[in-house]
Amino acid sequence: MKHIAIGILGAATLGVMASSASASTLDDVKAKGFIQCGVSTGLAGFSAPDDKGDWQGIDADFCRAVAAAVFGDASKVKFTPLSAKERFTALQSGEIDILSRNTTWTINRDTALGLNFIGVTYYDGQGFMINAKKLPGVNSALQLSGAAVCVQSGTTTELNLADYFKSNKMEYNPVVFEKLEEVNAAYDAGRCDVYTTDQSGLYGIRLTLAAPADHVVLPEIISKEPLGPAVRQGDDQWYHIVKWTYFALLQAEELGITKANVEEMKASDSPEIKRVLGQEADTKIGTDLGVSNDWVVNIVKAVGNYGELFERNVGSGSPLKIARGINALWTKGGLQYAPPIR
Amino acid sequence: MQEHDTSWVRTEMALAQPAPASVRGMGAWVRTNLIGSVGDAILTIIGIALVVMILPQVINWAFINAQWTGPDRSVCATVAQGGIQADGWSGACWAFVNAKFGQFMFGTYPIEERWRPILVAVLFVALLVPMLIPRVPRKGLNAILLFLVLPIVSFVLLVGGMFGLPHVETSRWGGLLVTLSLSFVGIAVSLPLGVVLALGRRSKMPIVKMLCIIFIETVRGIPLITVLFFVSVMLPLFLPAGVTFDKYLRALIGVSLFAAAYMAEVIRGGLQAIPKGQYEGADSLGLGYWQKMGLIVLPQALKLVIPGIVNTFIGMFKDTSLVIIISMFDLLGIVKQNFSDANWATPQTARSGLIFAAFVFWLFCFGMSRYSMYTERRLDTGHKR
Amino acid sequence: MASQEILREEPSRGSFVNDPKVRSLFFQAVVVVLLVAGVWWIAQNVIANLTRLHIASGFGFLKGRAGFDISESAIAYSSDSTYGRAIVVGLINTIIVAVVGIITATIIGFIIGIGRLSQNWLIRKICTVYVEVFRNIPPLLVIFFWYSGVLAVLPPPRDSINLPFSSFLNQRGFYFPRAVWGDGSWLIFVALLVGIAMAWFVARKAHQRQMATGQQFPVFWTSAALIVGLPLLAYALSGFPLSFDYPKQSTFNLTGGFQVSPEFLSLYLALSCYTAAFIAEIVRAGIRGVSKGQTEAAAALGLRSGSILRLVVVPQAMRIVIPPLTSQYLNLTKNSSLAIAIGYPDLTATAGTVLNQTGQAVEGVLIMMAVYLILSLVTSAVMNVVNARMALVER
Repeated sequence: MKHIAIGILGAATLGVMASSASASTLDDVKAKGFIQCGVSTGLAGFSAPDDKGDWQGIDADFCRAVAAAVFGDASKVKFTPLSAKERFTALQSGEIDILSRNTTWTINRDTALGLNFIGVTYYDGQGFMINAKKLPGVNSALQLSGAAVCVQSGTTTELNLADYFKSNKMEYNPVVFEKLEEVNAAYDAGRCDVYTTDQSGLYGIRLTLAAPADHVVLPEIISKEPLGPAVRQGDDQWYHIVKWTYFALLQAEELGITKANVEEMKASDSPEIKRVLGQEADTKIGTDLGVSNDWVVNIVKAVGNYGELFERNVGSGSPLKIARGINALWTKGGLQYAPPIR
Repeated sequence: MQEHDTSWVRTEMALAQPAPASVRGMGAWVRTNLIGSVGDAILTIIGIALVVMILPQVINWAFINAQWTGPDRSVCATVAQGGIQADGWSGACWAFVNAKFGQFMFGTYPIEERWRPILVAVLFVALLVPMLIPRVPRKGLNAILLFLVLPIVSFVLLVGGMFGLPHVETSRWGGLLVTLSLSFVGIAVSLPLGVVLALGRRSKMPIVKMLCIIFIETVRGIPLITVLFFVSVMLPLFLPAGVTFDKYLRALIGVSLFAAAYMAEVIRGGLQAIPKGQYEGADSLGLGYWQKMGLIVLPQALKLVIPGIVNTFIGMFKDTSLVIIISMFDLLGIVKQNFSDANWATPQTARSGLIFAAFVFWLFCFGMSRYSMYTERRLDTGHKR
Repeated sequence: MASQEILREEPSRGSFVNDPKVRSLFFQAVVVVLLVAGVWWIAQNVIANLTRLHIASGFGFLKGRAGFDISESAIAYSSDSTYGRAIVVGLINTIIVAVVGIITATIIGFIIGIGRLSQNWLIRKICTVYVEVFRNIPPLLVIFFWYSGVLAVLPPPRDSINLPFSSFLNQRGFYFPRAVWGDGSWLIFVALLVGIAMAWFVARKAHQRQMATGQQFPVFWTSAALIVGLPLLAYALSGFPLSFDYPKQSTFNLTGGFQVSPEFLSLYLALSCYTAAFIAEIVRAGIRGVSKGQTEAAAALGLRSGSILRLVVVPQAMRIVIPPLTSQYLNLTKNSSLAIAIGYPDLTATAGTVLNQTGQAVEGVLIMMAVYLILSLVTSAVMNVVNARMALVER
């Protein structure tokens, strides 16, 4: 009781916000004028602050896309960096409106943690990275028996690692840290031989090491890691807005709508493009969703389509240079597929 | 007959003789302080050996071989590590501290807004220094400015969002700014709270007493980290849906509650040391409970336990470094975060950064402890029993 | 008569509102109502939040399969073990580091504390510098310093530093040969136990004889001979059953032998160094609290300086030292939770991982708090017993 009394007193005196409870996240968000977006404490390509403290990456841009859909203004988003431990409670308690923090979609998280994943913004898989200069001749994860493996605690990665070594009857010595920076530092210092996390993460982390060229990512992928944003359970409207923002990004790529040509595309002859961009007469697609009818225009104007977002943050336009692979559209042999917007 | 021969009586004082050669001068000092006995001499030799072994290395590392400025890691790495230093070189990388100094002080506080924390710091020092010097008059006004006006002004300045100042989220605060603001507010909150808890623990009302005991003993029995976990992970679930706290505020609540429990025990010690006569005297004058405590007991009790209070402050100042666990970046956190900057990753970086952080912490804590000793001497009214 | 009647009259009472008893009752009633209301409010919120968000609750998760590995474990543990066992592994690790830390900190603390009172100027100054440095920096920083500043820059396993007795030091930790006890080695342990028992018996007898007759008996040497000699004899008799498992270089690490991880080492060293500074101050205050007359009287009795310290000063100083020493031991135990910052799998770390894997924050934090509270209470209880035995028996 004391805690609460003092807490409330503190909040009142310091005037730090304590938004009142409300039935709908959308109303809440509109009332406060921005979206609170939970991101990682710094993973290059997904969510990491640049020199100016602005958040960059797929996860950060996704939140901007939602802001663009809701407000027509991608800047109306605030980021909360969260450790792996804090991320779920932050969403559960309403501290953040979207958790967009390279989080793996699992059944347990959907059912027991009160989350709703809206889709898979990045299909990933867990991999291993080693220092090839120090360990010449190691070119498969199956040669790693006896190695010290650096891993972040409280992640699915930690569990997959245990399963993989167990099923292959190999020994290993886990070196576990709370925060990604600590794992990076320990690996770079040579505390462990192997670094394991999602492959995309490995490429991002490799860039931050002292000698990136010395390190190689082993070919094995030992797990499915579908990474996606999540929202709280029990608010279907908000769930739909976030989910369809993601689909809109995919749809835009599929239809060839880009940041550059979105204004011209508005006048396109294609009925599908006109419908997606809200240019049909008497369209109610946007307003039924709870946003304006030109929401897709706003999204694409702000962050581009999914392909642009990918290339800019992790693909050819970024230092990570990750190939589209299974993250290509379904039309190009990948897994990214959006239900029709109609 | 009157004229006795008094020549044997001295008419003037004998001049003081210099002390014997055996107890003065360098030699004697060395004899008594360094080689008083065989054992002493051996200890001295061990001591000298220790100093000779450690000191030149430290000086070499910290000053002579140290790199003070530089654009990136190359100045602090040997050729083999991809730098410019000769192999086998080992020295402090103060260039790292130099390059990151702004971050160490303010975190990612926007650069164009940094004048705000600087202004707050200047105001704080301007109000604190006269407060600490006993001779400066107008202590009352000074205290009001320092403890009531300054927090409000600082809040407006640091957080912004009004009077045309852009809003700066607390997630962008960092470095020494977080360390100092957390400790200052924590101190300001925990002292009164500690007094209330201590009075509650000595209260004659059994329920109040029991509650205070449970709170104090529980908090003292668990580590600060679990308290911080509690406020960062559990507090949100205790509140109605949608009500959330800023992370900074949560850390503040955790640190203050933690310090308050320790403070309460220190103050209770002071309360117990006040003789019963003082309480009875106050009662016989017809003072009410709060008058009795406020005018008679607490002034004496608090004076008695100043060293304990300052020790708790020092402990709390050091404890603010734990907010790193709930991903806030105080001075230590931000120093540590910068180790992962690939531009500065060398074997010397961690050591240099940590020693810099240690030095800053040490400066504040040592200063506080010395000031407390000074106050203790000054307030010593001489009737200690 | 009349005056007695007046005395018997009820004293005039003030207003009901001013009666201290009524006030106290009223005030407590208010507190109870507020407390109950607050607890009820929180409970409602928690329940509402958990059901609204479909978060599981209850302690049933402790029986679930953990699925993660722990690097250091004193008891059998694998990813197939339960969450409950993972927490127990963490608890044991906490206790291990706390116990060795307390022992080392006490030893360093006593040396430094006595050093600060030394006749020797140089020793005094060195000890003062030590105390002033370590008292005034955060323990977390000391841990980081050992971890990132000292141990992380040791050479990689391939270029390990060779130490005597086939021990190695590298950035993966400290390796030394592990004793492998062969058949018949139980005899050695039995001999050790017998030796200790006999030594204790000898010490008792010697003390009784000294009390009765004033004659002394060389207890120390006899005991040392018994405790060391008997096991050695047993070792020889059972045919030298002891062999060693030496650490060897393998593909990645040194394998075999006994490995002490750098996480443990840095936590242990940091906690010992940090707490020792406080213990030193306590010891200094304790020794200075023994009045000079005691020392002088002992000297007048003709005791040598070692005996004065051992028989007169230390027993009296201990009375002053033990209560604050207890709180330092408690602090060290609590500070061991800083392990989480460097990845030593202590209670906070493993319980934190469990909390994170199961998402049951309320239960996780409650377990953590309860266990630390119990640890603190046990430590206090033990030290209270010691304190009671040491306390001055007054006439």
